[in-house]
Amino acid sequence: MTTAETVAAAKPRPREESGRALIEVHDLVKHFGPVVALAGVSMTVRAGEVHCLLGDNGAGKSTLIKTLSGVYRPTSGDFVVDGNPVTFASPRDALDAGIATVFQDLAMIPLLSITRNFFMGREPVQRFGPFWFMNMDFADSIARDEMRKIGIDVRDPQQAVGTLSGGERQCVAIARAVYFGAKVLILDEPTSALGVAQTSVVLKFVRQVRARGLGVIFITHNVRHAYAVGDIFTVLNRGRTMGTFIKSEITLDELQTKMAGDKELQDLSEELGGTV
Amino acid sequence: MAEQSHAPAAATPVLDVVDERLTRQSRWRRMLSRPDLGAFAGAVLVFIFFAITAGNTGMFASDGVLNWLTVTAQLMIIGTGAALLMIGGEFDLSVGSMIGFTGMVIAIPTIYFGLPIGLSVVLAFVLAMAIGALNGFIIVRTRLPSFIVTLASLYMLRGLTIALSILFTNRTIVSGLKQYSSGSFVAQLFAAKLFPGFFQWLADNGIINKLPNSQPAVPGIPMLLLWALVIAVIGHIVLTKTRIGNWIFASGGDANAARNVGVPVSAVKISLFMVTAFCATVFSACQVFEFGSAASDRGLLKEFEAIIAAVIGGCLLTGGYGSVIGACLGALIFGVVQMGILFTGAPSDWFQVFLGAMLLIAVLFNSTIRRRVTGER
Repeated sequence: MTTAETVAAAKPRPREESGRALIEVHDLVKHFGPVVALAGVSMTVRAGEVHCLLGDNGAGKSTLIKTLSGVYRPTSGDFVVDGNPVTFASPRDALDAGIATVFQDLAMIPLLSITRNFFMGREPVQRFGPFWFMNMDFADSIARDEMRKIGIDVRDPQQAVGTLSGGERQCVAIARAVYFGAKVLILDEPTSALGVAQTSVVLKFVRQVRARGLGVIFITHNVRHAYAVGDIFTVLNRGRTMGTFIKSEITLDELQTKMAGDKELQDLSEELGGTV
Repeated sequence: MAEQSHAPAAATPVLDVVDERLTRQSRWRRMLSRPDLGAFAGAVLVFIFFAITAGNTGMFASDGVLNWLTVTAQLMIIGTGAALLMIGGEFDLSVGSMIGFTGMVIAIPTIYFGLPIGLSVVLAFVLAMAIGALNGFIIVRTRLPSFIVTLASLYMLRGLTIALSILFTNRTIVSGLKQYSSGSFVAQLFAAKLFPGFFQWLADNGIINKLPNSQPAVPGIPMLLLWALVIAVIGHIVLTKTRIGNWIFASGGDANAARNVGVPVSAVKISLFMVTAFCATVFSACQVFEFGSAASDRGLLKEFEAIIAAVIGGCLLTGGYGSVIGACLGALIFGVVQMGILFTGAPSDWFQVFLGAMLLIAVLFNSTIRRRVTGER
């Protein structure tokens, strides 16, 4: 009667060996008509590393991650994933290649339940005669377990995501990407809208993700947040890479200065007592 | 009991111990957050009201029941489509015009061009769903609000229906379809009365009323009711139990977020417009075969009635939330009140007042529910 063939959309992924290059981009250029958004950006993301992408507004951070996640196609430059050159036609292609992006506001749908959000686009289905139904019990239990693993106890995975805090929502989005076998996780300003306690929840989870051997690209304005979890830092300015630094080579203050980039801004920062 | 509820709190949260109190609370909360809760309460109130005011008027006799069930079923058919589309984040204002248009597509080719009636019906479904797909395609492609695009199709379709029927037949009401349709499979499919023998038996035994010519007051269960039930059940199952349902919720909740995780939002929305067109065609086919005629002004304002049923049933105007059951309860409230007011003998103008008030209350109630669900303050 019932053929209980549960098709899980993805299985937990084998551990990546640390240090292998997952994404390499070289001299990536993106033009929007006459506007040069990226004027030659190079970076390498390795397994088990948190790669922070720093830069002021207009530095090209958004364009870069949208290119990496398949939303835009680069005008020129090399884009290599796992040693193979790629061109993504859509975000779906990037997802299939193991690059998952968690966008700041667009990660979750507040009105939908945690389970429905978690499995959105990759619903586990079960056959019943000629029809395929969503396997809600399976989905509920996975959603609950995955959230429990990161220390968020959702008693009822059917509750709407809107009832979760901002930090918890980001965590659901990250947990979803990890569960579905992402190799590289792109986090777009995951902490910018969060309070201190919630930020630490998210940062803690980023560390966990790194420990599992994923490569993480962490985009932020906040040098402190970057320094707290980052292993390597790439500073962008005006569509170019200003430099890539390993954590042991650079201090928090130096990083702040690099990010401020402009001499005038540094002077201003000093005038304001170094608080910017 | 008290000890039990203390134990899990002290343990790590990874333990599988479930606190009974919390479960009960969340189930209670889940029930309070159901989109169709308001419509259910409304339906109960409406029944109580008319049981008191119209209990002795024949409203709850067999023919009275058939009366308001017919209105309910008609609205259930287009209300289900409207609810699914609204949950998917769009509106379709062309439903009413589509009813008039498809009625003519069934009648004119059959009577004037000699097309077999079955083919005319197929043609009506194909044309309607193509127009629905076009509506959806324009909306998905241009990202214009569906309100304005389908408002345009409302006028174009209605105008086209009148203009073409005058062009081909020189009239706006085409009757005399019965002689072409009697005995045909499609006529049975949309207008047959089920279980006539059973209803004759009920009448013979005095369980239901008889007409003066000794026919039962209700000759059988009209196919319309069956269509309404089937469409509503399929709609409900697809929405709540399948991945397509999840895509509908996701497309309406946040189309961009859904696209980012690979939900085929455009395909979902275009399909939903085809579903509303399909529902409108079922509505009109039932009507055409029941009356044996088509009129170019059929279905006037039905698009709003469908939307009202969906909104009373708890669908949010902004999409991403709602239920088919709610829309059906909305249709039931609509049918009971519209016919109930006639039974009580009050002027039927009061129905419109009631409808407007009901709509306003439903919208206010829905926004409260929405806040409860999303945790907004």
